[in-house]
Amino acid sequence: MSDMSSLNRKLIQTLAETISKQVDHFNKTEVECLIREFNVLLGECAASGRAVNGLDKEKFRSILHNNFGMTDDMIMDLAPLLVDPTVFRTFDRDNDSFVSLKEWIEGLSVFLRGTMDEKIKYCFQVYDLNSDNYISREEMFHLLKNSLIRQPTEEDPDEGIKDLVEITLKRMDHDHDGRLSFSDFEKAVKEENLLLEAFGTCLPDIMSTEAFEQHVFQEQLVL
Amino acid sequence: MGLSLTKAAQWTTAGKLEFTPMNESLLKELLSFVEDFSSRHPQEAEHVFEEPLRWSTTLGASDFKTDYYISGIDVQSHEKDSGGQPLLQLSPPTVCVRSFSQLSKLVHLAADKKLEELRACLEENKDAMVKILGPCFADILEKEDTHTDVLHLVDKDQGKDPEFKINLFHLLQNMNKQLLSKLLEEIEVELNLTALKNDIESLKRLCSEGEKRLLKSVRYTSDFEFSNGCRAPLWRQVYGDICYLVVEPCDTENLYITCSTAGFFLNGGIKQEGAESGYERTSDTYKDLLTLLKSRSPYFAEHINKQASAVQELPSTQSVHRHVESVDMEEQGELQRSYEQQEKNVQDKSRKQHLLNKKKYEPCPRWKKLGLMSPCGKAEERKSRNSSGMEMSSEIRKKKQGSGAKSKMKAEFSLSSLPGRLSSSQKIKTPARATELSSESSSQSEEEEEQSERRLESNTDLPPEYWQIQKLVKYLKGGDQTATVLTLCAMLDFNLMQETCQLAIRDVGGLEVLINLLDTDEVKCKIGSLKILRKISHNVQIRQTIVDMGGLQSIVKILDSPVKDLKALAAETIASVARFRRARRTVRLYGGIKKLVNLLHCVTNLASLTANQQKDVEVARCGALALWSCSKCTKNKEAIRKAGGIPLLGRLLKSPHENMLVPVVGTLQECASQESYRIAIQTEGMVKDLVKNLNSDNEELQMHCANAIFKCAEDEQTRDLVRKYKGLQPLVSLLAKVNNKQLLAAATGAIWKCSISVDNVAERFQEYKVLESLVELLTDQPEDVLVNVVGALGEFAQIPASKTIIRQCGGIKPLVNLLSGTNPELLVNVTKTVGACATDQDNMAIIDQLDGVRLVWSLLKNPSADVQSSAAWALCPCIENAKDSGEMVRSLVGGLELIVNLLKSTNDEVLASVCAAIAKIAKDKENLAVLTDHGVVPLLAKLTNTTDDKLRQHLAEAIGHCCMWGSNRASFGEAGAVAPLVRYLKSKDATVHQSTAMALYQLSKDPSNCITMHEKGVVKPLIHIMGSNDKTLQEAAAGCVRNIRLLAVANRKAILFY
Repeated sequence: MSDMSSLNRKLIQTLAETISKQVDHFNKTEVECLIREFNVLLGECAASGRAVNGLDKEKFRSILHNNFGMTDDMIMDLAPLLVDPTVFRTFDRDNDSFVSLKEWIEGLSVFLRGTMDEKIKYCFQVYDLNSDNYISREEMFHLLKNSLIRQPTEEDPDEGIKDLVEITLKRMDHDHDGRLSFSDFEKAVKEENLLLEAFGTCLPDIMSTEAFEQHVFQEQLVL
Repeated sequence: MGLSLTKAAQWTTAGKLEFTPMNESLLKELLSFVEDFSSRHPQEAEHVFEEPLRWSTTLGASDFKTDYYISGIDVQSHEKDSGGQPLLQLSPPTVCVRSFSQLSKLVHLAADKKLEELRACLEENKDAMVKILGPCFADILEKEDTHTDVLHLVDKDQGKDPEFKINLFHLLQNMNKQLLSKLLEEIEVELNLTALKNDIESLKRLCSEGEKRLLKSVRYTSDFEFSNGCRAPLWRQVYGDICYLVVEPCDTENLYITCSTAGFFLNGGIKQEGAESGYERTSDTYKDLLTLLKSRSPYFAEHINKQASAVQELPSTQSVHRHVESVDMEEQGELQRSYEQQEKNVQDKSRKQHLLNKKKYEPCPRWKKLGLMSPCGKAEERKSRNSSGMEMSSEIRKKKQGSGAKSKMKAEFSLSSLPGRLSSSQKIKTPARATELSSESSSQSEEEEEQSERRLESNTDLPPEYWQIQKLVKYLKGGDQTATVLTLCAMLDFNLMQETCQLAIRDVGGLEVLINLLDTDEVKCKIGSLKILRKISHNVQIRQTIVDMGGLQSIVKILDSPVKDLKALAAETIASVARFRRARRTVRLYGGIKKLVNLLHCVTNLASLTANQQKDVEVARCGALALWSCSKCTKNKEAIRKAGGIPLLGRLLKSPHENMLVPVVGTLQECASQESYRIAIQTEGMVKDLVKNLNSDNEELQMHCANAIFKCAEDEQTRDLVRKYKGLQPLVSLLAKVNNKQLLAAATGAIWKCSISVDNVAERFQEYKVLESLVELLTDQPEDVLVNVVGALGEFAQIPASKTIIRQCGGIKPLVNLLSGTNPELLVNVTKTVGACATDQDNMAIIDQLDGVRLVWSLLKNPSADVQSSAAWALCPCIENAKDSGEMVRSLVGGLELIVNLLKSTNDEVLASVCAAIAKIAKDKENLAVLTDHGVVPLLAKLTNTTDDKLRQHLAEAIGHCCMWGSNRASFGEAGAVAPLVRYLKSKDATVHQSTAMALYQLSKDPSNCITMHEKGVVKPLIHIMGSNDKTLQEAAAGCVRNIRLLAVANRKAILFY
């Protein structure tokens, strides 16, 4: 057992060495901790008796839910099939429906410690539902669909959303082509940081970030 | 004209014009328009109407004279249009008119029936405009859009004389406007009537409360009310009378009151309807009923206040504010201000009422009743809306003056839909809290008054932003986090510094939503909301509303947030909201000061900061901004100190960044009005940094630094520190900034205070040629600069060399000119400086020549005690150094009487100074004689019981000098002045001893005084004083003892020989 664990430790250390060179915001020790955390999470998956190539959608969602409090509004409950996979998809770079260890650490790098530029890129990817490098009117509408309480009195319940989309588009679409390119999005967010998560929460807030880091980096070091 | 008639006139159901005063005046107005039309605008009058005006007339053929073909009962005019049709055609009972010239001729012909004719014409031609100008033009007129393309229309119209038609069009348009404005005046009277009725009703309610009643009864003299709402007989209505009241107060006899459009006054006693006499005015006219009653019935005046504050129910809104007012009065001692306060509060109240009423933009119901709205087009509706806005506010004001408003207001309060916030805003108004207000700041001038309501809709049409913002607020209310953030961003795109946007947000209920967002957990929503609030709170009304709604509490709470952006924004918002004292108090009461002070922790002076540290610096900067706003009130200054803010501010003072330094120094200089801060600034080594920043390029920063030094340099050590850190030179160089008056005031103030140290003057200022620059600043400067400049000159003039320089620079003349000013602070300094200059003979000659002594002397009449004493002090050197001063003093008519009368003052400083001046005056025998005639002796004697050493010194001096005339010595003895003087010898003050010894010496020349002195045991202390080093003192004491001794010897001899 101790052999196993020491072998394991060795393995993890080598792995951490490699990965920490490829990822910006974590040092080797931190990567080590993240690997361990990943293994723990993976272990939970394995326990449920499925093949484990990485974190699947279900598990990933519950991680977001439990660790980052990203439960409210449409992200989790109202449109689970929509945005959730998009955060997942952004993590899952090779599109194999699993978040591998490397993807996990790369994703968290932005998620927890990303610079403004990285975050802008990340958010844009999340919102660009069909990955055509533009956020279209339809995508916005889709993303905002449930964000207004519908007034029973209104004839067209989507009136407000449409209007909101138009207002936002007017605000952010600098080249006036009726859709948001990455540079549109980037420019608008740099002008007004609040627009980073314009179409739905897809980053953890500062409190849960700190809590997560505390949990992963410090508690595990003690072990 | 047709327009205003159709819209404004009151029609009966049968399509007739009602016989109301308003319609009458409308008709008359129109009539004079029509009558004069052809003479004023002959060409336009020729224009042929599109369609004839047709109506049944009472005129017959016999009424028409020349210019008409008369055949039987039919009449045709000579004038014909181009088609040969006559312009006037009468076939009884119908008449057709096709031009204004004919119309006005007809009106002239109709003579005394002209009003009826016009009435008939209008009744039967409701669309007169269309008939006159054709439908296109009439449409434009309806829209009231002055500059639509009339020309374009004319082209289409292909009229024969388009130019005249346009002129005609414009004439009609003007007429239309005049009519409407006339109408508004009419209506205002009516509204006042209603307000008056309400007032009287609520007064009646006051009669029915048994023990608590304020009046026994209130009744009209007549139960009959005319249709226009008046109760006065018709022939009195002509004089503007509305109704008569008989009021039976609890404490005096019945009051017979006339309510008229001019105001309220007592009449000769009209008891019954239809009385023949008694209509004359027998009292002043009062603006409102309540004031009249208060002035006539003390009981009513006293109890109406009590009751209203206790119950907060009836009847006057004013009385609620009495509390605030009285507090203010104690604190300010200024009646004037309390009056303003009252005004302000009343308006404040009306603002609040409006606030609760917002969302309603329908015109006032009363207008609906008047029937104004019924057939209106869009344009008209808007217009009436605008004016109803005006009317409403004037009506509200009217009601405040009167009494009836309260109950109605109550109702509206409870109807309002402000969720939960209302209670807190009302609480703030209660008297208990009002006492809190007394912690007022030193910097009154920066205090901002809570302003009256300015209503968005009262002068302009609602701007397009209004509707857009309304929509956004709707989304804010119904959106989740994402939608809310998007909406907030959209709102940020508006120009939020613009008043229309600010008020629009408030008026559509956006403020509530924004403030509610502050209590959520959503960081981004809070950030967005604060970003908006910090901008719109630059508007006075908005910040008041934020405080009223309890928003400040939420903002203060956010200061605890772990998110730095949020903390910074919250502090910044507080900085802009806390510009009036109620807000500042709220911040303190909710623990905001401590939280703000905590924001100040940051690393400032590292060369390179991490992003995180930079954020800390930003947070600290915003914290300092907020503290700056809050520091304008004494209690907050104290709270900042207690929270440990001073050392933190001291650390931030070392920051290299101007945007940090300005709020920090701003706060420090604001707080430096407190002793504790001045000490701290000195001991914590902040003087050095303040001096360093005097050299900054930022004038605002320079100003605050100079101000801080101004306030701190009262202390000698600080003055020395300023010199030590080489602060004097930069201060002097600031004198060159003549265009920035605030900076100049601060710099001159600092120089003034620094010049109190003689070392500063002698060692530094002289070499910088300050005097020359200061003298130049004696003319054409604002008063606050002048006060400081003159103050500084006064300090410089303590050094003899300076006096010469002041004269050489031509400073005496402007100084003397300033003596005729009014600002007490300035006068104190000017007299002091003039006095200091007068110690130089050459200066005195110039002062005398400029009649300066008379000017100083006349300042003895100034109501301010400080000015009086300062002037009296200044007189001393003047009298001493003037050539032939006795003659000069005598030449001032009434001057001696004036100064003797000042001995009746209760202010010790005034008394001391006047005694000193009298001592100087009394050196001239003739003047002493006059002083004696004015009764100086008993007045001086009366003062002898004082314990104030300064007064004792100068009083004894004056007594000593006044002894030299006639029987004054004996008179002082009789007035009992001797015994107290003896006691002065026990004082610890050597100068008192000196002048007292002199006085006693003079008094001892009268035998009976010697006896008194001896009895009081004067000899022992005098012998002690004889041992003094001061020669004059020795001599005086010895002389006194000698006189006593001589008397004793003479006495013994007398006994021996007789």
